[in-house]
Amino acid sequence: MTAPILEFRNVSKRFGAIHALDNVDLALIPGETVGLMGDNGAGKSTMVRLIAGNFQPSDGQIVLNGDPIRFHDSLDARTRGIEVVYQDLALCDNLTAADNVFLGREIMRRIGPIRILDYRAMADRAARLFAELKSETRPSDVVRMMSGGQRQAVAIARTRLADARIVLMDEPTAAISVRQVAEVLDLIRRLKDQGVTVILISHRMPDVFTVADRLVVLRRGRKVADKPIADSSPEEATGLITGAILGA
Amino acid sequence: MPEPAPIPSAQDTRVDVVQILAHYAAPLFLFALVAVFALLEPRFLHPLNLLNVLRQVSISGLVAIGMTFVILTAGIDLSVGSLLALAGLVCAYVAKGGMADRFALEAATSAANPVWLAAAAAIAVGMAGGLVQGLAVTRLKVPPFVVTLGGLTAFRGLALLFSGGGPISGFETDFTWWGQGRIGIVPVPVIIFFAAAITAHLILRHTRFGKHVYAVGGNARAAALNGVPTLRITTGVYVISGFFCGLAAFLLAARLNSAEAVAGSGLELTVIAAVVIGGTSLFGGIGTIFGTVVGALLIGVLTNGLVLLNVSSFIQQVVIGVILVAAVALDQFAAGRRAAQ
Repeated sequence: MTAPILEFRNVSKRFGAIHALDNVDLALIPGETVGLMGDNGAGKSTMVRLIAGNFQPSDGQIVLNGDPIRFHDSLDARTRGIEVVYQDLALCDNLTAADNVFLGREIMRRIGPIRILDYRAMADRAARLFAELKSETRPSDVVRMMSGGQRQAVAIARTRLADARIVLMDEPTAAISVRQVAEVLDLIRRLKDQGVTVILISHRMPDVFTVADRLVVLRRGRKVADKPIADSSPEEATGLITGAILGA
Repeated sequence: MPEPAPIPSAQDTRVDVVQILAHYAAPLFLFALVAVFALLEPRFLHPLNLLNVLRQVSISGLVAIGMTFVILTAGIDLSVGSLLALAGLVCAYVAKGGMADRFALEAATSAANPVWLAAAAAIAVGMAGGLVQGLAVTRLKVPPFVVTLGGLTAFRGLALLFSGGGPISGFETDFTWWGQGRIGIVPVPVIIFFAAAITAHLILRHTRFGKHVYAVGGNARAAALNGVPTLRITTGVYVISGFFCGLAAFLLAARLNSAEAVAGSGLELTVIAAVVIGGTSLFGGIGTIFGTVVGALLIGVLTNGLVLLNVSSFIQQVVIGVILVAAVALDQFAAGRRAAQ
């Protein structure tokens, strides 16, 4: 078995008396796609925010490539190869696709002592990223005018900029049409093809069972299931999420 | 890998007249206005009159450039008129060499400070005022409307305190040249206005700071998540607005050969009107310096033309008010159509 890229070792997160996450162990293998499921309040968001560096664990360790880590913020996590696609995608509607992909990481060029934005380099790079993702999104399109699927492509292209090894996707299919869901699942497959480890947080059973290799279910802050998708079924997953099946 | 050819959609090829009209409404209207005034009143097109319009526009236009940065971040700066008055008084005080000659009506001879020092003092006061307000917005989390409404009152009060109620007048000619002089036939403030507009345009369009101003106005949370230093950017736009208040204060003092505490009363409304007529959204993230220049020119041409036609200044105010609302209504209508497509 390959060494895990990211590990949770007995991680707990408490907010006062509330145990948002209780003694969770998890090991992610490079290149796999894990579907993380659970009802509202089960601890999914807490887990995302721990990995993204927004929160620190109360107990236990998060280990990245064998090193225990403590991120100060999400930029810190980003420099270590972890990217997050937020539920609302964190896009600026008024800017172009290329502007959004490079937001905060703009390519600059020099004219004498002055550093200016290198629009051409950013457009070229963004076009290549969209081509890799097989998306029709054009770098110069303004995000406001885009479909849900195209917006996802912009947010996902952003994660490819620094060649992130781990991409967290928070409910990417929650608010888009059926046709666009297919588009987003394709995008996730492209990430997988490129060897990226994907954590897919979703309420939607069909999405997880279509693209994930492994199913992890949280209930009330505890991990109640962690098994290959092939060994599970949507019915079992539903039972685990609601507590009808008690699990591990 | 060959890039897939973009498939032109129906949207790209269909010409939407309303969209084009909305996009170029302000420049088209400016053009129409010039044409109408030229027909009704031949004196309007005289080069000296046109340069006069430009000179009148240049002071409020400079402040409008700074205001554009602020409004692009979805902020507002109501303090510009008061800050301009305060900066102008400090500028005049320094120009006259300090307390001794403060209220002397003739040009001070021996004690006068160099012009650059007076201009620098005006700009420093403006930027300091902007910095205080920017920090109040970002650190104390007070909405910009409230912070700068406080600034509007407080800076005016400081200006009155500083001046003791009277004007500071009578400068050296090398000082007044900046407001009254010409290079060729073009008034100096006009040259400064256009140079500032071009610089501001380049900053907004071609620097990282400019891109981040748009990002903060578009979605501040998203910008922050992507590493944009949103607090620094937001503070920065108020400092820029203050810079332009200071610069405008210096030019106004030079033009009038005087600075007084009531200078710039109501300026904030003219300036915000120019920015909004120029197509900048009060919700942030959308707008250009070009639009602001057109908006400022439009108000200047309208005022000048109506004066030449002997139309009452009361009616001018009504007309400007109607145009302001019409400009935003047209934008909203066009946005609605875009969303419907």
